[in-house]
Amino acid sequence: MSTKEKNVDLVKWSGPKRPYDLLKNLVFTLIPLTALVVAFALAFGSPDVRAVTLQDWAQAAPTDFVMTATGELAGTTRSASYGPPYNNGSEGQALGPLKLQKLLGVHIPIDPANDFVVEPLKSSREASVYTTLGQWAGANADQQSKLATDYTAAQNAGLSAALGQWTSASTDQQIKWATQYKAALERAGDRLKVAADPAYGPVQIMTASLLALAQGGILDGILTTESSPYPSDFTKPLLFLADGEYLGKLASTHHLEDGQMGMINETGSYPGQFWLLPLALLYQVDPFKSSENVDAQVFAVIVLLALGLAFCPKIPVLNRLPRLIPLHRVIWRNYYRKNNL
Amino acid sequence: MPTKWTTRLRRSAVKNIQFENLLPDERPVFVASWLYAVTVLTVASLILVLGSGGILAFKGASWYHSSEVGHFVNSLHFWSTEFFFLFLIVHLWGNFWRAAWRGRRFATWVTGSVAFFISIITAFTGYLVQTNFDSQWIASQSKDAINSVGIGSFLNTLNTGQMLLLHVSLLPVVIIAVVVWHVILVQQHGFVPPIDAKEIDGDVK
Repeated sequence: MSTKEKNVDLVKWSGPKRPYDLLKNLVFTLIPLTALVVAFALAFGSPDVRAVTLQDWAQAAPTDFVMTATGELAGTTRSASYGPPYNNGSEGQALGPLKLQKLLGVHIPIDPANDFVVEPLKSSREASVYTTLGQWAGANADQQSKLATDYTAAQNAGLSAALGQWTSASTDQQIKWATQYKAALERAGDRLKVAADPAYGPVQIMTASLLALAQGGILDGILTTESSPYPSDFTKPLLFLADGEYLGKLASTHHLEDGQMGMINETGSYPGQFWLLPLALLYQVDPFKSSENVDAQVFAVIVLLALGLAFCPKIPVLNRLPRLIPLHRVIWRNYYRKNNL
Repeated sequence: MPTKWTTRLRRSAVKNIQFENLLPDERPVFVASWLYAVTVLTVASLILVLGSGGILAFKGASWYHSSEVGHFVNSLHFWSTEFFFLFLIVHLWGNFWRAAWRGRRFATWVTGSVAFFISIITAFTGYLVQTNFDSQWIASQSKDAINSVGIGSFLNTLNTGQMLLLHVSLLPVVIIAVVVWHVILVQQHGFVPPIDAKEIDGDVK
């Protein structure tokens, strides 16, 4: 590059200029753009598929719900083995020797067995929640009253005993009960086909009671209002929901899974965050796709790409690309043509 | 050199920020390409994003689920965001191929890049606070990436309250600040001239 060319880059342009009305240009751009956006909004709307509740899950896929709750008690779910920031179930992901997930530690403590199953059951015992169950819908007022009283008393008594048995058992025993019941559920494929068995300890009663709580819509409230009656933090219900298969299957029907490039899609046929295409693509290819540390590795690559973008003017070769591939001659073709350059 | 921070800031502002640069009524002849129109489209779509987002913020996070007007405003916000990123990405690539960092315009390039990154984070928090199935799924999936490098200890995608506050209060302020800084730098240094332009001291070869 000659000194002359450097100078023209450095100095403020003092060559020929032409009149320009910045404000008018902005307003006259804003008007048609607004019309375009209004047209898109009227024609296509925007995605708004109703959020899923634990109640939806428990009603639509009760066996998956019970199996997931049993998995929480057995310590085999994703949440149970997640690691920081929720618990110490694992060390989490690493970037070579750098274990940032472990290093930052547990900041949002989650004990899935207790937080998703045991504590909600304990807190529900005093609430006569079982009146929403059983033959309630088909009964007359008198029958409903009797059913409610009987069912509540029976369930609360059974649940109290089950919780007592659970809390007084050793951790090994708890895991053994839950593991055996989970295996039975997996074999049967339907929670109603699994007969009562002492080998399951209190797990069958506990998970059936939790299912009832969820089906009645009460578990959603319990998991979101523990710390404040004004719910704004959905960490617990969403972690629990994501431990089951139901949420993933729903996402798959909405083409939102990783393999469907779900990161850049929305429900329906709406475009999503298409600007995350490089991120979504990295998840589809090896070595990332098959790595245990896929998230950390992809994150690191994205950070490097971002730094590369911000500092490309200082990166050799990259900062020469505009000269090597002269697309600028298309952009400024009128100027180059007029000045015979 | 004055010792008072206030004095130094004022003098620097007076020296570097000139209204005739900020609100120019003429521009170099080479500023004649559809790419310059895309730059204005980017700013215009950002105005639409902020305007529609402001109405949504005023009416509350759940308004658009139950109101037809609300759904329409949400749709305006959604589509203006999609258009904003479309124009922003074209603007960014256009400036890359023009090597727009030439002539001490590195800071302009970096502030533009930072504005792009913050826009991505802001849009991401926006997708998390839709309070519908999409936001549930995105929150559930994205937490793994954020947790994997330890950021999840401070930024919890499953905490809708935290995401909502970031989306409607903190991040828009940061975006506006960075974009204003970016625009000031552009106007201060002027439009980057064509590569290999021979103009100097008022002459065009």
